[in-house]
Amino acid sequence: MVAESVQTSASPELDHDSLLSVRALQTHFPLDQGLVKAVDGASFDIRQGTTLCVVGESGCGKSVTARSILQIVDRPGRVVGGEILFRRQRRGAGKGPDGEIVDLAALDPKGAQMRRIRGGDIAMIFQEPMTSLSPVHTIGNQIVEAIQLHENVSNREAKERAVEVLHKVGVPRAKQRFDSYPFELSGGLRQRAMIAMALSCNPALLIADEPTTALDVTTQAQILELMRELQDDYGMAIMFITHDLGVVAEMADDVVVMYLGMTVERGDVVSIFHDPQHPYTRALLRSIPTMGMGTRTRLNTIKGMVPDPYDRPHGCPFHNRCGEYMPGTCDQIVPPPIDLDEHRQVRCLLHGGAPSSGVRNEVNT
Amino acid sequence: MTHVEPAPDTTGARVDPDTSPEGSSAVPGGTKRRNNLYTASQWRLMWWRFRKHKLAMVSAIFVVFVYLLVLFAEFFAPFHSSDFDAEYQHAPPQSLHLFEETDDGTRFNPHVKGFDYESDEETWRRTYTTDESEIYPVRPFVHGHEYELFGLITTDIHLFGPTDPDAPMYLFGADRNGRDILSRVIYGTQISMSIGVVGVVLSLVLGIVLGGVSGYFGGWIDSAIQRVIEFVRSLPEIPLWMALAAALPQSWSQVQVYFGITVILSIVGWTTLARVVRGKFFSLREEDFVTAAVLDGVSKPRVIFRHMLPSFTSHIIAAVTLAIPAMILAETALSFLGLGLTEPTVSWGVLLREAQDIPSIAHTPWVLIVPAVAVITTVLALNFLGDGLRDAADPYNK
Amino acid sequence: MLKYIARRLLVMIPTLFAISLASFFIIQLPPGDFLTTYAAGMGAQDNIIAREQLAVLEERYGLDEPFHVQYWRWISNIVCCGDFGQSFEWNQPVSSLIWDRLTLTMLLAVVSTLFTWLVAFLIGTYSAVRQYSLGDYFWTFIGFIGLATPNFLLALVLMYISFRYFGQSVGGLFSPEYQNAPWSLGKAWDLFQHLWIPVVIIATAGAASTIRIMRANLLDELHRPYTTTARAKGMQEWRLIAKYPLRLALNPFISTVGWTIPTLVSGEIIVSVVLDLPTTGPLLLRALSSQDMYLAGSFLMMLGVLTLIGTLLSDILLAWLDPRIQYEKAGRR
Repeated sequence: MVAESVQTSASPELDHDSLLSVRALQTHFPLDQGLVKAVDGASFDIRQGTTLCVVGESGCGKSVTARSILQIVDRPGRVVGGEILFRRQRRGAGKGPDGEIVDLAALDPKGAQMRRIRGGDIAMIFQEPMTSLSPVHTIGNQIVEAIQLHENVSNREAKERAVEVLHKVGVPRAKQRFDSYPFELSGGLRQRAMIAMALSCNPALLIADEPTTALDVTTQAQILELMRELQDDYGMAIMFITHDLGVVAEMADDVVVMYLGMTVERGDVVSIFHDPQHPYTRALLRSIPTMGMGTRTRLNTIKGMVPDPYDRPHGCPFHNRCGEYMPGTCDQIVPPPIDLDEHRQVRCLLHGGAPSSGVRNEVNT
Repeated sequence: MTHVEPAPDTTGARVDPDTSPEGSSAVPGGTKRRNNLYTASQWRLMWWRFRKHKLAMVSAIFVVFVYLLVLFAEFFAPFHSSDFDAEYQHAPPQSLHLFEETDDGTRFNPHVKGFDYESDEETWRRTYTTDESEIYPVRPFVHGHEYELFGLITTDIHLFGPTDPDAPMYLFGADRNGRDILSRVIYGTQISMSIGVVGVVLSLVLGIVLGGVSGYFGGWIDSAIQRVIEFVRSLPEIPLWMALAAALPQSWSQVQVYFGITVILSIVGWTTLARVVRGKFFSLREEDFVTAAVLDGVSKPRVIFRHMLPSFTSHIIAAVTLAIPAMILAETALSFLGLGLTEPTVSWGVLLREAQDIPSIAHTPWVLIVPAVAVITTVLALNFLGDGLRDAADPYNK
Repeated sequence: MLKYIARRLLVMIPTLFAISLASFFIIQLPPGDFLTTYAAGMGAQDNIIAREQLAVLEERYGLDEPFHVQYWRWISNIVCCGDFGQSFEWNQPVSSLIWDRLTLTMLLAVVSTLFTWLVAFLIGTYSAVRQYSLGDYFWTFIGFIGLATPNFLLALVLMYISFRYFGQSVGGLFSPEYQNAPWSLGKAWDLFQHLWIPVVIIATAGAASTIRIMRANLLDELHRPYTTTARAKGMQEWRLIAKYPLRLALNPFISTVGWTIPTLVSGEIIVSVVLDLPTTGPLLLRALSSQDMYLAGSFLMMLGVLTLIGTLLSDILLAWLDPRIQYEKAGRR
C-alpha cells in the first residue's frame, strides 16, 4: 500500500476540475480464439459533479471501460495499458480540487486500496437490476453490507442509514422493503434499490452501466429523473453508459463516443449534437428518428455491422463502414487523437494525422 | 492537453497486410473464414468444436478400437474364450520377449517362455517359475482354432499367437481353469459393449417416444409421465435391478437372459433420456427460431423435423454416449452378483465374478486387475467421449 | 413452510402406494413361489409334518389366491399392525429380520451422504475457484476415475490391498467379540472403526458426480452479475465468494443430493454384498434368489420408502435455504 502511494503521488497532474481522467486505456482479453482488444485507446475526463455519457453500439467496449475503472474486468481480461487517474477525496472533506491523485490502473485489483475505492469512492450500478442483486439475500442485507464495508458503524446505525437511503431513492414503505427479497420487487424498485446501495457510501463518482435499458419507458424516465435529483443532492459525478442518444440528450454534460474500444470523439453535449466531427458520430445522430419525419421515410442506419472482435480492421477501425473513407489512408493509419479545442477531441484522419491531409495537420499541437 | 500517438511515416504505415501482426487476415482471408463459419452446417460446426477436445478425440479412437474388438473378437483373441489347459491353472502373466539370445548372438524372434510349477502340499496352490529353456515363438497372423467370422467366412487366422496353437501363452495370466484372460476379456467385449448399445437403443426408443409425447402434448399427459419418471428415479436402481433380474426364469437360455437383462436396464435407463428429450423439446419450443418458423406458417411436422429435430439430435447423441457406460457398469454389477449372465457366457461382469474370493485374488491378482482395467478404461473413454460430444453439441454456446 | 411440508407429505401418499404395489408385483414375477421350491425339497422325504406345515402356510398366505387379494392381505397387515408377514426361509416374522439391517443401511447411507457432501463441497469449490489450475485438473481426473469405477470393484480393490499389505481381511461392521453383543459404547466405537471403509467406497461414486455438479454450478454463479455487484462494492474476494456464489451454488447442489440418495442406497447394497456387511444387501440378495417373497418385498418397499423420506428431507432443506422455492410454489396455485 505504501508502495502504491509513493508510486501514485509522483504521477502527473490532473486538470483542476477533473475527478477522473482515463488516458489511452487498453483492456485486452487473451482468449483461445485470439486476443480481443475490448478497449484499445479510450481517453476521456470526468469533471467534478457533472455527467459524462459514453455512447456507442453494443460491443464497443463501453462496459469494459467502466469495469476497467473499478478493476473488476472478468477473467481473463486485464488492463494492459494507459492510466486511470482519480482524485481521491478524504472522507468527510468537501468535494474540491484537493485530495491525492491515484492511478487506478496501477493498483492491485485485489488490494486493499482498490477495494476501499470500489463502492466507497466510486460506486457502480448495472443494467439488469434483477440479476445484479443476489436473489437469496434481502435488499436490506445487501445495502447494510455495502455500508459496513466502508464505514465502521454498528448494525443498527447501518440499518437506519439503509432505510434512509432507500427512502431517499423513492422506495415507498422503505422500512418494510428493507426485508424484501429482490424477486418481490418490481424492476423499477429493484433499480432504485441498486441506486440506494450505490449511494449508501456517498461516492464521488457513480458509474451507471445502462441502468435503464431493461426498464420500460415510464420507469426509465423516473429513474433518470431520480438520478438527476440525487446528483444535485449528493454532488457526485456520474458516468452514464448508454446506447440511447435520447438519454444522452437528457442527461449529459459531456459526451464520449466509442467505437471498437476506441474513443472516436468527445466534447460537451451541445457541440456533439450540433457540430459532430467524426463520421461515426454523424452516422449515429442520423439514425435517430425525429418527430417531423414522414411516415414513409426509411430510418437511416449505419451500413455494415460492428466487425468481429477477433478481426479488427486495419487502420481506422471505422473505415469499412465510413462514408468518407479515404482508400490508402484510413485502412493503413490508426488515427491519432486530435484536439479541436479545450474539451473537444476527435480521432479521424479527416481532421489530421494522415500525411496526405496535411492542411489540417497544424491543428494538431 | 494533447495525446498524439506517434504519427507513422508513410512507408511504415503501408505494411503488407499479410505480415502485420494483427488484423492481417482482416479483409481477404478472415472474411472467407468467417463466411465459412456462418454457412457451415451444424454437423461441421460440431466436428470443428469436437476436434479441439483432445481427450475426447483420443477417447473416440479408443472406443472405435473397442468396438472393432467386438466385431472381430475371434480374430483379435489368440485363443477361444473356453480353451482351457489344466496344466496351467492360475498361470501368471508372461512377458513377451522380442529377441532371443542364442549361441550365434541375438536374433529377432518374438517368443514367450514356458512354465515350471510346484504345488504346495497343503493348499494345493501352485507356484510358477519361468522355464528359460522352453521357447515358444509368437508371430502375427498365425493359424489357430477355426472360427466363422459373422457366421460367413470360415478361417483360422488370428492377429497374433504362438506358432504352435497348443503352446502356453498367457500374456495377462490364466484363470483357475487355465484359460487365457486376455482372450476372455476380448470375447467379453462382445456382451459387455453390445449390452450397452442394445440397452441404450431400447431406452432411447422408450425415452424418445414418451419424452416426445410428454413434451409435445404437455398438460396432464406430461404430468402423468413426469410422475412416472420421478417415481422410477426415486427408487434405488440396484435393488430394483436385482429384484427384476432374480425374476428371470431359471430355465431361460443365455440369449434370453441377455435380452432380459437389457430390458431390465432400460427400465431405469429410459427415464434419463426421456427427461433430456422433453427438456430440449420444451426449451426449443420457446426458441426464437422456432417461433419464427411457426409465424412464417411452416407446417407443424416440418417445424418438428426440419427445425427442431436437427437441433437436438446432437444432444441426444451426447446423452446416449453418456448412457452407455452406465449400462456397462450395471451389467457388470448384476453379473458380479450372479443375477445376470453366468458361465459359460463371457462378459466382463462374469469375469469379475471369478474375482470374489479375496485370499485367492491376493495370489492371482491378474484375475481381478485385467478385467477391471478393461471396464474402467472403456467406461472412462465413453464418458470423455460423451462429454466432448455434449460440449460440441452447442456450437454457438461458449 | 409448514404448509409446504404438509403438501409434500400429501403428494407422498400415492407414491408410497405405488412403491408398495411395485414391490409386491416384482416379487410375484418369478414363476412358482417359495412353497413349491420348499415342497420339492421336502417331498422327497415324504415328511407328513412338513406337508401339514405347508398346508398351514398356504392357507395363511393364500398363495393360490389372485394378486389383488394377496396384496391386500399383505399391505393391510403392514399398515394396521406393522406385520410384514413371515420369512419362509428363516421361519421368523419379517419385521424381526429387517429392522436391524435397515437401521444399519440407513446409518451407512446417511454417513456416506454427509461424507459425500463434505468432500464434494470442498473439492468442487476449490476446482471452480481455481479453474484450470493443476489441482482442478487433478480432481477432475480423480472424479472421472471415481465415476468409471463400479463400487464393488473399488471394494474388491480395497479389500485386496488391505489383505495384501496389512494381512487382514476387511469386511463386516463389527469385530467378532461385538457381533452379538448388546449395544454399548464399546460396540459403537467398534462400529465406527469398521464403518469408514464402506463409507469411503460408497461416497467415492457419489462424490465424483457431485463434485462435477458443484463445480459447474459454482462456475455459473461466479459469472453472474450479482457477483460483479458485490465486487464493485469493494468486498474481499473470499468473503464475496462465500457469501454470494457459494451460497447460491448450494441450492442446485442440494436439490441434486435428492437424486444421489437412491444412488447411495444402491451403492450401499452392492458394497455390502462384497464386504458382507450385516445390512440389507446380502439378505436381500439371498431373499431374492430363494423367492422368500415377504422378506424381499418388505426390503424393497422399505428401501423405497426410506429413499423417499431422504429425498423429502433434502427438498425441505432446499426450501428452507432458498426463499424462492416456496414463493414459486405458492405463486403457482
